[in-house]
Amino acid sequence: MNKVWSKVELARHADRPAALDYINIIFTDFIELHGDRLFADDKAFVCGIAKFNDQPVTIIAQQKGRNTKEKIERNFAMPHPEGYRKALRFMKQAEKFKRPIICFVDTPGAFCGIGAEERGQGEAIARNLLEMSQLKVPVISIIIGEGGSGGALAVAVADEVWMLENSIYSILSPEGFATILWKNSARAKEAAEIMKMTAEDLKGFGIIDKIIREKKGGAHRDVNYTANHMKDEIAASLKRLKAKSMEKLLDDRYDKFRKMGPYKLGDV
Amino acid sequence: MGMFSSKKYITLDIRKHIETSDKSEDKEYKPYIPNGMWVKCPECGMTLYKEDLEKGNLVCIHCHSHLRMGVAERIKLIIDEGTFEEIDRNIESDNPLNFTDYDIKKYQNKTGLKSAVVTGKGNINKHPIMVAIMEFGFKGGSMSVAEGEKITRAIEKATAEKLPIIIFTASGGARMEEGIFSLMQMAKTSAALARHSQAGLLYITVLTDPTTGGITASFAMLGDIILAEPGTLVGFAGKRVIEQTIKQQLPNGFQTSEFLLEHGFIDKIVPRGELKTTIGKILEMHKID
Ligand SMILES: [Zn+2]
Repeated sequence: MNKVWSKVELARHADRPAALDYINIIFTDFIELHGDRLFADDKAFVCGIAKFNDQPVTIIAQQKGRNTKEKIERNFAMPHPEGYRKALRFMKQAEKFKRPIICFVDTPGAFCGIGAEERGQGEAIARNLLEMSQLKVPVISIIIGEGGSGGALAVAVADEVWMLENSIYSILSPEGFATILWKNSARAKEAAEIMKMTAEDLKGFGIIDKIIREKKGGAHRDVNYTANHMKDEIAASLKRLKAKSMEKLLDDRYDKFRKMGPYKLGDV
Repeated sequence: MGMFSSKKYITLDIRKHIETSDKSEDKEYKPYIPNGMWVKCPECGMTLYKEDLEKGNLVCIHCHSHLRMGVAERIKLIIDEGTFEEIDRNIESDNPLNFTDYDIKKYQNKTGLKSAVVTGKGNINKHPIMVAIMEFGFKGGSMSVAEGEKITRAIEKATAEKLPIIIFTASGGARMEEGIFSLMQMAKTSAALARHSQAGLLYITVLTDPTTGGITASFAMLGDIILAEPGTLVGFAGKRVIEQTIKQQLPNGFQTSEFLLEHGFIDKIVPRGELKTTIGKILEMHKID
């Protein structure tokens, strides 16, 4: 069994806990709030306010859905532009009221369709990248399943980016990658190896900051185990981030992404 | 049959990069137009005299379609003669994922460039600016860490020197061979633009054919003013991907600059011949005393 592929399968497992499963365990008094105030309420995103150990926080979550009906309703967590604008609206609201933001990332990618293009999928994602880099409150993004490309990054320009042990984060799905490279989506397993999309690889690259443990066999075996670990880490991290001055917080976030990726200096 | 029936035409295929001449030793970038007297317009099929095409900024005199333009011609078209000073010319791609078939040499030889973007300082109608020009002929203008770094440095330099920045986009999106590192360039460039914007400085995007994927989902769509050339392909997802997802044919004119203008995502479509004048006027109105 291919080790990377087994992680891809776990990340996409039908029983894998979705964002709301964690939200219900980690936070109290969660109040879901809806809509982008521009076009619609994209159900691929669940947003709202809640308490974390008595402290108000804003929650931004991509929600996959647990059964067929919910999956369809939530468009398999593939957001439209209105989803990213909804997420941004609540992030700006969090900034106004000085609440930390916790993002749960779980999407195969931003939706590809006519309406998505008509309403500016590119612009919506781009705007989030720019705005998130300047948010004056601590932001933590946790990839809980699939972190699919720009659709995931649009809620992951954070002070700290974490991944669950069996989650994946990549520029494209392994199937899409194999199609582009070899014109053969059946070679996805091979692609997954090459792409370096596991939490371990990405921690090594400095793309993510922390790996959240899962019970042996995957997060669906014991959602409380993962949620409790997450809860401890959120508490420690918020304490750390809130101790920073605003300037330091923003500089550190800027530098974090500024340093990503090696390049070469050739001859002139 | 006309008088050219026995002639062999060079077809200017705007869906493919036009082959360039051999690598020259000087620092001038190579021109885009193939050798030979005659070329055929890929849109209308009419025969064009090479000299006319060059004089007309690679715009077909019959159907006005804008053929793809390389960095050398773009600099000549937009920047005041003799004012362009390139920066960071030596930055090029590494191979962070140790990809086996990742070779950029071929594109370096073909274009005379080290990477898919040229950055530098220059004047437009006497207004000093920072500029980044993407080269589609260099591996589809795809953004690896090197391109992300060069664009970010250009933006940061513009912020430090209180200059406007103008980015000419031409890219199919991310550089697949650099995987997640390529994705992160979207965040890196956008964060640099946020700081430039916070400093009250002007950012103009000029979308040229094609501008898609991660480029559209980052700096291409973040201009204070977004201009585009006529008939430019601009979109987030590829047409084939959308067709496969929704299982229906896409409407005519989908993802053109005209389509984006209609839906409110770009400010203005400017024919190539008017581009410099238009940008010059915008710069004039954003002068910092
Ligand atoms: Zn023509």
